[in-house]
Amino acid sequence: MKKKVLSVLLAVAMLTGTLVACGSEPGSASEGKVLNIYCWNNEFRDRVVALYPGYTKTDETHGTIGDVSVVWHETPNEGNAYQNNLDDTLLKQESAAADDKIDMFLVEADYALKYVDTDYTMAVTELGITSADIANQYKYTQDVVTDSNGVLKGLSWQGCPGVMFYNREAAKEIFGSDDPATVQEYVKDWATFNATAQTVFDSGYKIVASANDTYRTYSNNVTKPWVVDGKITIDDNIMNWVNDSKALVDAGYTGTHDLWSADWSAGFFPEGKVFCYFGPAWFVNYSMSADTEGSIGYNGGWGATEGPQGFFWGGTWICAATGTDNTSLVKDIMLQMTTNQTTMTEIVTKYDDFVNNKPAMEAMAADPDYSSKVLGGQNPLAMYCAGVDGLDLSNLSKYDQGCNEEFQKAMKNYFEGNATLDEALDLFYKAVVEKYPELTY
Amino acid sequence: MTSTRRGKVVSYNKWGYIFLIPFVVVYLLFSFVPLVSTIYNSFFENYRSGLTQIGPTFIGLENFKTILTSGEVWVYAKNTMIMWILGFIPQILISLLLGAWFSDPSLRLGCQGFFKTVIYLPNLIMASAFAMLFFTLFSDGGPINSLLMQMGFISTPFKFLSNVWSARFLVATMNCLMWFGNTTILLMAGMMGIDTSLFEAARVDGATSTQVFFKITLPLLRPILVYVMITSLIGGLQMFDVPQILTKGSGDPMRSTMTLIMYLNKHLFSKNYGLGGALSVILFVITGILSLLVFKLSSRNESN
Repeated sequence: MKKKVLSVLLAVAMLTGTLVACGSEPGSASEGKVLNIYCWNNEFRDRVVALYPGYTKTDETHGTIGDVSVVWHETPNEGNAYQNNLDDTLLKQESAAADDKIDMFLVEADYALKYVDTDYTMAVTELGITSADIANQYKYTQDVVTDSNGVLKGLSWQGCPGVMFYNREAAKEIFGSDDPATVQEYVKDWATFNATAQTVFDSGYKIVASANDTYRTYSNNVTKPWVVDGKITIDDNIMNWVNDSKALVDAGYTGTHDLWSADWSAGFFPEGKVFCYFGPAWFVNYSMSADTEGSIGYNGGWGATEGPQGFFWGGTWICAATGTDNTSLVKDIMLQMTTNQTTMTEIVTKYDDFVNNKPAMEAMAADPDYSSKVLGGQNPLAMYCAGVDGLDLSNLSKYDQGCNEEFQKAMKNYFEGNATLDEALDLFYKAVVEKYPELTY
Repeated sequence: MTSTRRGKVVSYNKWGYIFLIPFVVVYLLFSFVPLVSTIYNSFFENYRSGLTQIGPTFIGLENFKTILTSGEVWVYAKNTMIMWILGFIPQILISLLLGAWFSDPSLRLGCQGFFKTVIYLPNLIMASAFAMLFFTLFSDGGPINSLLMQMGFISTPFKFLSNVWSARFLVATMNCLMWFGNTTILLMAGMMGIDTSLFEAARVDGATSTQVFFKITLPLLRPILVYVMITSLIGGLQMFDVPQILTKGSGDPMRSTMTLIMYLNKHLFSKNYGLGGALSVILFVITGILSLLVFKLSSRNESN
């Protein structure tokens, strides 16, 4: 008996699923009852829970919007787990039941093209989002998620122009002032920066926690992508990073720790004795232990300045998955989170983020009432605004994540003296071909 | 009369086969089918580039050629063997010693149950947790380095994981710590199976305990020793979790702690079933040859 009821239920569910798929119009009431969102951390979830109108939280990974239940599928990024899970689910998307289909997923710049350049993501125009809706967004955030045919396939609420965060106490001790303009003079280009490294070292500080800290500033200012016609190429500016970093490491001015390791993040605290870190707005709020008592950030001890070169790092984009049965809800979440000016200014004040809304950011940059607590009362938004204009993303490729990771790993061996430069480069090529067997070098 | 008796024999045989069914089914399902499909897969080009599936296309022995000509597999085989031997030698020595002590009634060791449990405990910890622990202990700013610096042995932190031999040594130490308890229990079981009258006879003849150990215990323990050798060798060739977690999958420095299975794991990033399959087949052959070698060598000694 139970089986019979179940089979009838299943049949009905399937039928309604097909009917909905046939007749789904944006805004129609016959949309799916479950919204599946795939993500790798709580960053986007926190913002939606706090700021999306009508979101009711059931527990950490569940909630409801109206009569639609929202399910957050969180898989950590480590060891590529997030993408593996997402890939397998996307490949099964077509045959999945309507309520199990992915409706929305998040991607990062390093691998956005892998998803955007396929039919698994929907064009935002298909959702009913017009170019007038997103006119205030920074163009670079749209370039990242535009496929090879020029179709825009995702949106982001944040902009990630990077700046240099320096330890104010250390700056006072070494240069006699923690004023951003003064500090900027000591780090205005790479030659000056590397010379300053010695001054900083003589005062007992490391210029950066690890050679990997400066990697993005070099790798974002390249003239060609990692892969050209199926061949792995290393840009001259990346080699500049190798040479500069080798000199810094050999002199003992910096370490070779992996990013996010305990040794690397020791510098978030005064005893870590690190002069500066490079990062975008989310770095301050999300990563620098700013909520831990005793950390530099907790006491507002960081200052921000442009640093030697502009760059961007990370950022999260929202993509709609092809086959979603919640198009109007997906559209609304995208619009609320990435275009609604009130929501976005709240993200700035609440999370120290830098949001993807040009007029709002320019207004806030000039607003004397806004200041960042972590940055000791500084308003860094003008700096981000200036930085975001200079971003050039024409050299992204879908291999960026693998190449960036493997390059830093391989070079660590060279910096530590376990390999010659050629051996380390050889290791890099080998490791990339293992990840992407179709490439040559 | 005769026909009923034959019927009985047949029905006993039937039960034998019925009792074998669970093993055979499990073996076929979880060992034989994967084995055959691995070999089958190794002849195809079959991987995923992003979300695009490439293949499967039949390419014959191309995958084997790629792996064997690059020569990397031998480097990783060497790494694996070095780290296994580094860990196995102290492991077998400690186990023999502990086994001999525990099984020697004349020593009258107290609290045997307690010690046997304690030495087995490291094996109960997940290898990944154990590796994480060592990673933290031996990191540049970790407790071991600060201890050594405070005691004045070194002035700057020693980078344990950036030095070929210290990294290998750490992996070997962890494997040794995790498995010596297991080996001790096995050897002890073997030692307690030896007829005690032989020990008594030796004592009456005035043999020292060293003589007893080398002339009686060791020769009679040979079958168990061979078993321990072979299982540990196979386990060693499959070494993965400890170095993987300790080096975050990189096998640093310069892949000197990269084992064969870690290399295999590298191919799974692109779901490369072709190259992965070929590597597994090579690994299967190597394991088979080494096991046969150990078996042959030790059984020849026995007949002498």
